[in-house]
Amino acid sequence: MIPLNPINTFLLPVVAAIFFSATTAQAGGIVNVYSARKEALIKPLLDDFTVATGIQVNLITGKADALLKRLQVEGSATPADLFITVDAGRLHRAKESGMLKPVSIPVLEQRIPEELRDSEGYWYGLTLRARPIIYAKERVNPDELSTYEALVDAQWKGRLCLRSSQSVYNQSLVAATIDAIGPEASQQWMQGMVNNLAKAPSGGDTDQLKALAAGVCDVTIANTYYLGRLINSSKPADKALASKLSVFWPNQSGAGAVGRGAHFNVSGAGFTKYGKHPEQAQALLEYLASGPAQAWYADINNEYPVVQGVAISPALEGFGRYKMDSIALEILGQNNRQAVQLMDRAGWK
Amino acid sequence: MFRSHGLSIFAVVIAAFISLPVIVIVSYLVQANGELWQHLFDTVLNDYLINSLLLLLGVGAGVLLLGVPTAWLTSMCSFPGRRWLSWALLLPLAMPAYIIAYTYAGLLDFAGPVQSWIRDLTGLSYGDYWFFEIRSLGGAIIMMSLVLYPYVYLMARAAFLEQSVSSIEVGCSLGYSRWQALWKLALPMARPAIIAGLSLALMETLADYGTVQYYGVSTFTTGIFRTFYGYGDTAAAAQLAASLLAFVILLVLLERYSRRRARYHSAAESRARADLIPLSGSKAIMACVICLSPLMFGFIIPATQLLFWAVFEAEPLGWDFVGLAWNSFSLAFLAAIIAVILAIILSYAKRTKPIKPVRTVLAMAGFGYALPGTIIAIGVLIPLAWLDHRLIDIFGSWGWDSPGLLLSGSLVALLFAYTVRFLAVAIGSVQSGLEKVKPSLDQAGRSMGHSPLDILRKIHVPLMRSSILTAVLIVFVDVLKELPATLILRPFNFNTMAVRAYELASDERLVDAAPASIMIVLVGLIPVLMLHASIARRRPH
Repeated sequence: MIPLNPINTFLLPVVAAIFFSATTAQAGGIVNVYSARKEALIKPLLDDFTVATGIQVNLITGKADALLKRLQVEGSATPADLFITVDAGRLHRAKESGMLKPVSIPVLEQRIPEELRDSEGYWYGLTLRARPIIYAKERVNPDELSTYEALVDAQWKGRLCLRSSQSVYNQSLVAATIDAIGPEASQQWMQGMVNNLAKAPSGGDTDQLKALAAGVCDVTIANTYYLGRLINSSKPADKALASKLSVFWPNQSGAGAVGRGAHFNVSGAGFTKYGKHPEQAQALLEYLASGPAQAWYADINNEYPVVQGVAISPALEGFGRYKMDSIALEILGQNNRQAVQLMDRAGWK
Repeated sequence: MFRSHGLSIFAVVIAAFISLPVIVIVSYLVQANGELWQHLFDTVLNDYLINSLLLLLGVGAGVLLLGVPTAWLTSMCSFPGRRWLSWALLLPLAMPAYIIAYTYAGLLDFAGPVQSWIRDLTGLSYGDYWFFEIRSLGGAIIMMSLVLYPYVYLMARAAFLEQSVSSIEVGCSLGYSRWQALWKLALPMARPAIIAGLSLALMETLADYGTVQYYGVSTFTTGIFRTFYGYGDTAAAAQLAASLLAFVILLVLLERYSRRRARYHSAAESRARADLIPLSGSKAIMACVICLSPLMFGFIIPATQLLFWAVFEAEPLGWDFVGLAWNSFSLAFLAAIIAVILAIILSYAKRTKPIKPVRTVLAMAGFGYALPGTIIAIGVLIPLAWLDHRLIDIFGSWGWDSPGLLLSGSLVALLFAYTVRFLAVAIGSVQSGLEKVKPSLDQAGRSMGHSPLDILRKIHVPLMRSSILTAVLIVFVDVLKELPATLILRPFNFNTMAVRAYELASDERLVDAAPASIMIVLVGLIPVLMLHASIARRRPH
């Protein structure tokens, strides 16, 4: 027989955890956060915040839409004060769901450029991530590259790798393209890219970079911080891989949509409608837009700061300066549904 | 008389409560969204269906091919290594499908060590040579077969072990060869158990999201998530999930219909060691190879790769892993106990009074297994949050402070979700144990004036001990590996090893996810070894 005494051994601690979890308050009060940013990419900042202010931060991480659903179901009883997520489309969706509330924070309005936050104050962008073309140096001359749209050219037949259309980064890229060139042209553009694929979409952005380095394909579209991470890696294999790749900033010159600039996106945060700790939430939001926090993101995760004058990592410096698409980010959210539909039609798996 | 009806009513109430999340999901069907359905129908639905069907067929064939022969060999034949193989074959159960998927992708990908080595050796470059594309439907089928075959193995082996000596011997004395006895007697007699294992494996396959998503295979389940995340449309996602469920129900009904008249009971007489079929020479080597390969590919190779990453390349685990391991272990243990107790009550209620309402709710209570964890989580959140709001109203009307979200914001929600999701596993195992106990034993007990509960406690539970332990083991390991529901429903500042592994893996730091992954596997080994020890002690050798 296996000796089992579940009550003493297991039940009590767990039951205790159920009723006493995360309710003990500290001197500075508490703030409860639902975050679609991974724990590793937010917890260190939250810990620093607690040290600086005495405000305790309780955290649940998860997928943006699932957390949003939880927020909706919990309604007025939700414990969450702050909703943090990556991708402007998700921030917009949170706003549309009625689960956020508009807040005007003068410090943030002054520090964060207008196009990087919601016009009504429902959410504020906290970091910038760019999604340019990345190519294999050995096999591609950057002069051959020009725009996202030109990736349909015959010369890229069998040389393009793309991540799956399940990726929200690709969905937002398409949402921005719809705004620039219209839905029909966007669908044709995607069909053209699908025809040029070297292999069926699978894996993440890093997998596309590895495919480039291994010679499976020559060009891809990926977020720069994945490349930055490989450059800064302590592993020689990662560094060797990164040394074979380079960034090309598309759509930099020309009139109209052609010269609209490279696609970028934000991570950001908004106040929940029924949050119970607005002061602490505001303190946290201001902290996340402060110099040290902005520098931490640039340093640790190779994201671009939203605040002017904060230094960026050497890896990001190495990618060069670029012109960003000046699209209002809420459009990414508005076009998201149509983007996914068009991706389905274009056969982008 | 009243007491047995009491049990039926109790069972119906419990089962109805467990079915609640599934009912919530199905009730989304009334909110029709013609436009989106039309779009899905025109574009991707066809692909989803074909891929899901191929995946089911492939994994079904895979788990049978890996599970049944190994179960037969380790329970009926004697060959070198049989004893340790008989428990080692369970090890892949501890390996979550998404983890084996990314491990093999890391190994066999174009950028992985195997293909890089081939290129270095031959001077070829990518495209000049043929290599199996691991990120494909075929790859997904192999990965899932490798980690899901233990369901079939466990159930089939238990059935083979519990088959009475006499039926095989009678077969042989009637002129069957041993192989004929296998095909005509042992396999048909083990069929309910094999089917039970197979349906668990297939339901798990349908619910899987991590593996197919990572391998770029568009299945019905990735479609559900695309609808949820891409379109932000919970209702349509729930409708897709409900259609998936309808398909599962159809399969279950077909299976029931196909064996509507059969009854499977056997005398509770264990086989002794003497009647193992001795294998020697090439046959023994064959048997070893057949049993070693699933173990090799389903456990040893991926676990070694994970261990290598964890030790040499990953960022080391911090001390918080102790807390993570404890959270995972205690949750899994509690959930397993709850699910198995409920499974015993429900199965037993069905046995004492197999009336329609009992059978219906019992079937419904098991359907959670075919639904992806995320969908279950939504089905759990909605009724629990509703209850919480009523509680808050009541507190308010008494002038008290709001208690907050007592149910939906605590571990109660998680335990509820695990029960909903994994009750089918427990029921499957408990029922197949119960079915083998002759009804005449119940009647004898009843005629001596024992209540159903007494009969359960004194006759059935001791006879079904190994089935019950098996149920505890499988639910434990399943909860340990569970990710999506845990991710959505966990309370503040509460993480498990699966959550940690997922966070790193989804941040594309696969190597750094290895330590947490290997911890899941190690903690999952504990019950596997316990089960083995317990079974070994019961047998004379």
